[in-house]
Amino acid sequence: MTIAEYPLERLLIKRKSIRKQLLERENLKVIRIAVLGGSTTNELVDLLEILLLDSGFRPTFFQSEYGRYYEDAVLEPEIVADFKPDLVYIHTGIQNVQSFQPVACTEADFPSFVAAELSRFKAMWTSLAAAVGCQIIQNNFELPAYPTLGNLDSVSPGGQSRFILELNRQFAVEAASNPRLIIQDLCAISGQLGLSNWFDPERWFSYKHANTVEGSFAIASSVASIVRALYGRSRKVLVLDLDNTLWGGVIGDDGADKIVIGKETPVAEAYTAFQEYCLSLRERGILLAVCSKNNEEIAKQGFEHPDSILKLEHFSAFKANWDPKHENILTIARELNLGPDSFVFVDDNPAERSIVESQIAGIAVPDVGNEVAKYASIVDAGRYFELITLGKEDLSRAKLYEENAERAKLEQKFANYGEYLDSLEMSAEIDAFNSTYMERIAQLTNKTNQFNLTTRRYTLAEIESTVTDGNHIGLYGKLTDRFGDNGLISVVLGHQTADTLHMDLWLMSCRVLKRDMEVAMLDGLVARAKDRGIRTILGYYIPTPKNGMVQDHYEKLGFTLVTTEEATTSTVWSLDVPSYQPRTRHIRILEPVHG
Amino acid sequence: MDNLLAELQEIFRDIFDDDSLVLTRESSAATIDDWDSLTHTNLVTAIEKRYKVRFALGELQELKNVGDMIDLIQKKLAAK
Repeated sequence: MTIAEYPLERLLIKRKSIRKQLLERENLKVIRIAVLGGSTTNELVDLLEILLLDSGFRPTFFQSEYGRYYEDAVLEPEIVADFKPDLVYIHTGIQNVQSFQPVACTEADFPSFVAAELSRFKAMWTSLAAAVGCQIIQNNFELPAYPTLGNLDSVSPGGQSRFILELNRQFAVEAASNPRLIIQDLCAISGQLGLSNWFDPERWFSYKHANTVEGSFAIASSVASIVRALYGRSRKVLVLDLDNTLWGGVIGDDGADKIVIGKETPVAEAYTAFQEYCLSLRERGILLAVCSKNNEEIAKQGFEHPDSILKLEHFSAFKANWDPKHENILTIARELNLGPDSFVFVDDNPAERSIVESQIAGIAVPDVGNEVAKYASIVDAGRYFELITLGKEDLSRAKLYEENAERAKLEQKFANYGEYLDSLEMSAEIDAFNSTYMERIAQLTNKTNQFNLTTRRYTLAEIESTVTDGNHIGLYGKLTDRFGDNGLISVVLGHQTADTLHMDLWLMSCRVLKRDMEVAMLDGLVARAKDRGIRTILGYYIPTPKNGMVQDHYEKLGFTLVTTEEATTSTVWSLDVPSYQPRTRHIRILEPVHG
Repeated sequence: MDNLLAELQEIFRDIFDDDSLVLTRESSAATIDDWDSLTHTNLVTAIEKRYKVRFALGELQELKNVGDMIDLIQKKLAAK
């Protein structure tokens, strides 16, 4: 059971000792969050702290004085800036709306009231962007707990529900064009809990808490999931058991034609609905895998059942055998080149859940019980798959991994590796950072952990400033092959002092490992370095628990070791620029457009 | 009655994270150092959850010390 699944009563009473225990864990990622609140935010922040600690962060908070969210953001943003937050969370509720229209408001006047409220919030976002320049999480609003116009409240231009719905829509429009602004859907969160369980007038009058403690917890869980997503810690893979998880019955005993799936009985419908839920996750970029104690051939027959929503091709990995499940899951992780800490495991059998949870660090194993009708809502409540933007990348990711699997099969047929690489017909676009890709570049710096030499994280603003200051060489690489477009998969960034280029960043997505893409990036980097009169490139490797795979990256690229720092085992490597000759053999390089 | 005092002592020890805290009927915000308004909210919420009771608006302002609180909880439990 994870902290997020603790009974709330226990969490409230034991909070301090739980906090102490979580603080003892190693490798916590330090993060600074400014909470600008329109109500008392201490309870929310206390719960958020625990949830973030549980997710591997070590948060430090700034909280505005009671109700001073607007003042801190617009009038004295330097107070917030001085705290140097990585994130600002503006937490407001319907109590903070100032421009509600009178009930007699006409259709013609209605927009100006909403516009007035919107402009107040826009002033905050603009001011914070200028003074602080970090990501902003802004919640939208819950509907009024007591809509005085009843059903007409969301229809009449005088209704507060209508006002909130329109304001929320406009927040969404703003966020669509402002990459720094992330909307937290308080309207949905409050709806899930129910407004009567969300707002408690006694807590509001007594303590100025805008929510029940259940409400605070739901808000904190949601903020924690956004933070995980921002730092690339959302889950990527859903690993599923088969018997009594994806279908009813035991396929090995009952036979493929007897498993419970389809629309014939309520239980069959529930399994069908859960399969549909899994498929919808796959369509938005979550990889599906099977891990089941079964005979592989028989297990696969389950997906040939005419009523099965999921088909074999929907799974990026399939393990049906009699080995322990945690071993199978670790094999799946290796095959997909993803850390098992990005996995969620769903199994109706508590014994299997328990062994997987205890044997694999970081894997999420929600207690789904054994009632199929509840699986989807329990998985959903874990907020494992939160995302900040839904890009083409996400929508085609599952396909990319399928293509990877095909490549792996192809690989085995060639006499040597070079021949295989040639057969891929790869071409790369290697070009200077430009506005089209800034967001993707910033995103990659935050979510790449394995092939990442320095693990430096950059905000969008920081990436943009490397272009404007003229002192950096920043290149991105995109790779296409005969199976498809891998998208933007590599970033290198260095800053120049005199005739030396210091590499601040060198990262690559693991899905293009061993494709010589790093060699192509080096060629591109050296060519541009020569143009700027640079004589030496210094590469830095800073070890982390996750980037062991690149400890000899610079050595493989022909750099010489300069120093090894004893305490951290960080290494510095040097490359002579004038004597360098381009080395790319297997990738066609497209003509750069931006330099 | 003594039971309730002992149980509350456990809750107080957890919330204040202080295993040596000794609770008596006379304990109050004046005698317990860290008992500020924020901790007070935490205490009230935790007690409400633990005993599945609700304190009405204004009821808590009447209380002078832990003894009063115990009496109030008992009254509410008896009325259930």
